Amino acid sequence: MTQSLLELRNVTMQFGGVVAVNDFSMHVDEGEIVALIGPNGAGKTTAFNCITGVYEPTNGEILYRGHTVVVSHPHGKMKKNYAGHNAELYMDRKIIHPTPDEVTKLGIARTFQNIRLFKSMTVYDNVLTAMHLRARQNVFSSVFRLSYKEERRMREDTDRLLKEQDLYKYKDEKATSLPYGKQRRLEIARALATEPELLLLDEPAAGMNPQETKELSSFIREIKDKYNLTVFMIEHHMDLVMGISDRIYVLDFGSPIAEGTPEEIQSNERVIKAYLGESDEI
Amino acid sequence: MDKAKKRKLALTWTCIAALYLVILILELTMRPTSILFTVLKKGAIYSLVAVSMNLLNGFTGLFSLGQAGFMLIGAYTYAILTMPSEVKTSQSVYKYYQCFITFDTGVFIGLLAAGLMAALFAFLIGLPVLRLKSDYLAIATLGFAEIVRAVFQWDVLGPVTNGANLLRSYIDLTRVTIPFTDIPFPPTLFVFIAAGVCILLIVLLINSSYGRAFKAIRDDETAAEAMGINLFRHKELSFVISSFFAGISGALLAMFQYTVQAQQFKSMMTYEILLIVVIGGIGSISGSCIASFLYITLSEWWLRGLDMGTFLGINAPGLFRSGFRKLVFSIIIMIIVLFFSRGIMGDKELSFTRIKAFFQRKGKNRKEVKA
Amino acid sequence: MIGFLHDNLSYFLSGISVGGQYALIAIGYTMVYGILRLINFAHGDVFMAAGLVMVYLSSSLPFTISIPLVIIITVALGFLIERIAYKPLRSAPRMSVMISAIGVSYLLQNAALYFTGGLAKVYPSIPFLSDSIVIWDATTRMVTIITPFLTIILVVLLTLLIKHTKIGMAMRAVSRDFETSQLMGIKINNVISITFMIGSLLAAVASLLYFTNYASVTPTSGSMPGLKAFVAAVFGGIGSIPGAVIGGFIIGICENIIKGGASIFGIPGTGWTTFSDAFTFAFLIVILVVKPTGLFGEKSVDKV
Repeated sequence: MTQSLLELRNVTMQFGGVVAVNDFSMHVDEGEIVALIGPNGAGKTTAFNCITGVYEPTNGEILYRGHTVVVSHPHGKMKKNYAGHNAELYMDRKIIHPTPDEVTKLGIARTFQNIRLFKSMTVYDNVLTAMHLRARQNVFSSVFRLSYKEERRMREDTDRLLKEQDLYKYKDEKATSLPYGKQRRLEIARALATEPELLLLDEPAAGMNPQETKELSSFIREIKDKYNLTVFMIEHHMDLVMGISDRIYVLDFGSPIAEGTPEEIQSNERVIKAYLGESDEI
Repeated sequence: MDKAKKRKLALTWTCIAALYLVILILELTMRPTSILFTVLKKGAIYSLVAVSMNLLNGFTGLFSLGQAGFMLIGAYTYAILTMPSEVKTSQSVYKYYQCFITFDTGVFIGLLAAGLMAALFAFLIGLPVLRLKSDYLAIATLGFAEIVRAVFQWDVLGPVTNGANLLRSYIDLTRVTIPFTDIPFPPTLFVFIAAGVCILLIVLLINSSYGRAFKAIRDDETAAEAMGINLFRHKELSFVISSFFAGISGALLAMFQYTVQAQQFKSMMTYEILLIVVIGGIGSISGSCIASFLYITLSEWWLRGLDMGTFLGINAPGLFRSGFRKLVFSIIIMIIVLFFSRGIMGDKELSFTRIKAFFQRKGKNRKEVKA
Repeated sequence: MIGFLHDNLSYFLSGISVGGQYALIAIGYTMVYGILRLINFAHGDVFMAAGLVMVYLSSSLPFTISIPLVIIITVALGFLIERIAYKPLRSAPRMSVMISAIGVSYLLQNAALYFTGGLAKVYPSIPFLSDSIVIWDATTRMVTIITPFLTIILVVLLTLLIKHTKIGMAMRAVSRDFETSQLMGIKINNVISITFMIGSLLAAVASLLYFTNYASVTPTSGSMPGLKAFVAAVFGGIGSIPGAVIGGFIIGICENIIKGGASIFGIPGTGWTTFSDAFTFAFLIVILVVKPTGLFGEKSVDKV
């Protein structure tokens, strides 16, 4: 069996008494486009935040290219209050919880549900700033301009990236003055500047009209091929999800209820129930 | 770099060189006791500390109020190191204590050590407090500055700090000489060079990849972190660098004042510096410099009359008595904070295009009035 | 043990007394923070201003008039500061409001400097409060004994107000969720004004007690008690009134025990008073790092 790029095992996230994600296991293979869907409040973004290091999961393990990136078991106050499954599975493992920047360094970049650009910066600087992660310079070499060659390369890369994303003509504008659709693009371009292998998109089509959504789906395919990416996304727009995903996972009330190809998901009864409600209740 | 940019840069450098030349000429021709020099010296020192605070508050978005504490560390480090060893062993300064440090150093090492000592303290205190959220950070750093002030006056540390007594007879501005000679260094020029080099370094930092990372943290911590910027490391870096320059400015202040005492570095001093930064515009280096000179000029020179009984020819000793200047000042500051919260420069920098645009707009207004 | 307590009774007594005064000031910080998420840097200076007003009023008016008048003027001052310096910035970033608070603090201190001419003003001795009293061989003033009781009474009254009145309910709602309570028709500006007025009222009472003990007022005499009261509020868990009170007492007692370091622990040295200030802030940093929510504070989670 080939190794998965990203693998989640029994990931559980509990806030106080609420289990937001419960015993979620999944995997994303290299070169795939995988989508995570589910009704509002199903725990999709929470799962994302566990992967990217924003939250420390209450229980479970996350692997990237077969190496453990995150592992956790209920500890502290949670020991008593834990309401999820498999509490004993990782009990003897040492807790590993990377900060989001360490996760990004591994090659996992993300975008946000409500666009989070650097507000005071220009389009150009937004992308250039993201290149800081891969820069080799230290403070002294950068203050005394000893690494001007690297700086020049970073600027050339930024120019190239902006041209490829069709944003070059806006490069000196303030990022927040762009139209909404362009801001999304810029956020993706900024994520690409960290040179990721795996791109996590949190509701990339949120707030877009049908035309823009259609464009987005070809755009995602395009960047996936161009930059050799694997894409894992959360999405609400079924057209988009069904159109481009290789596989789909469905979460409902924090628990995984289905997994499969778009066709399988479309005909899965539990999924239909989760989205439309129980038919016999009427 | 394109040609227009190169030309602008050359023009900027020419202007700076001209400024330094003017200062040199003034110092060689005017009376050294002129109030102008006091204002210039103090203005340059305040520029440096305001810019260092701006690096933290304006560019990294860390609301820190520890500046006075780091200045104190710098001032004391400098004063203790550069005080000649014979002064230390004689009883003229250390009256009640046996001075613990028996060697002395030159000006340059003293200044550098002042910065490094402040940076070291910043590094240590930053480890716990930089994980705190905005207002908690403010109060923790303010508390730290108070701790430093209290500890430096504590009599147990007397053999190093001379307790609550003042320090003097170290190398002050009048005793600085041009390297390898006995010719005294023009004091105002010295302050300008020292502060100017430090500010230049800060500007270079802000325009480097690290500076962009700082700004990213200021704009959106979560997004910055997701873009691979380690929050803690970069905050610590900004904090340490800012404190390094605050330490140097403290040392310069000690040189300027001839004597130094922990008592003067109160939280009020930090507030004053913060308000200068606000007046200049949070996130503008040139704004901080302009505001510092403006503030010092007004308070030390032009508004002096408000304290002395006569102002603008109006003689009213009952109204214009001691303290009135500061009262007027604080009212002006409140007006700026409430109604012109962007300050003089906002988050923009002073540039020739901006000055030109400013005058053109003015000219246009005048023409319109004429028409 | 009893002998030890007996020998150092004066330190413990003044600790409890100062603690009560810190507690009263701390309530002002904690209530404002609970509602506006603002460290009101000017609060310590309002406390100082109350002291100065008392000095000026008592020189021409009898205490029966000047004391109520001081309280009214201080409350008005608190109200005005909020209306002029904080209200216009309600939608501005939090940093701007904090800067405005620092500006007000700067203004109040400079105004005090102007009016006093920088001299320490002798605080009037209020009859009964400043009477001497001997307890168990320790000579102290009446105020030392009265402070803790008065503090407790005021806090109980305040708690009743918050728990059982309409305005108290509005306060709790606003501190829980600013925007929603606005949507629910709570007049937010009134609630905020009343919060500031209550805080200033308690600060005025604290100033009567505090300066009776210390006997003189200077323009900067508000900043240190103010900062310490803030530390007390943080220690108790900012936003929590019982927390602020307990924090105030603990800080006051610890501080005085350290001040009495030379005789209590038998350690030589004369700089214990300055060191006690350093202790308070070191304590603050330790709390912030170990348990930023304090004793009774609630944790808030940021949403991504």
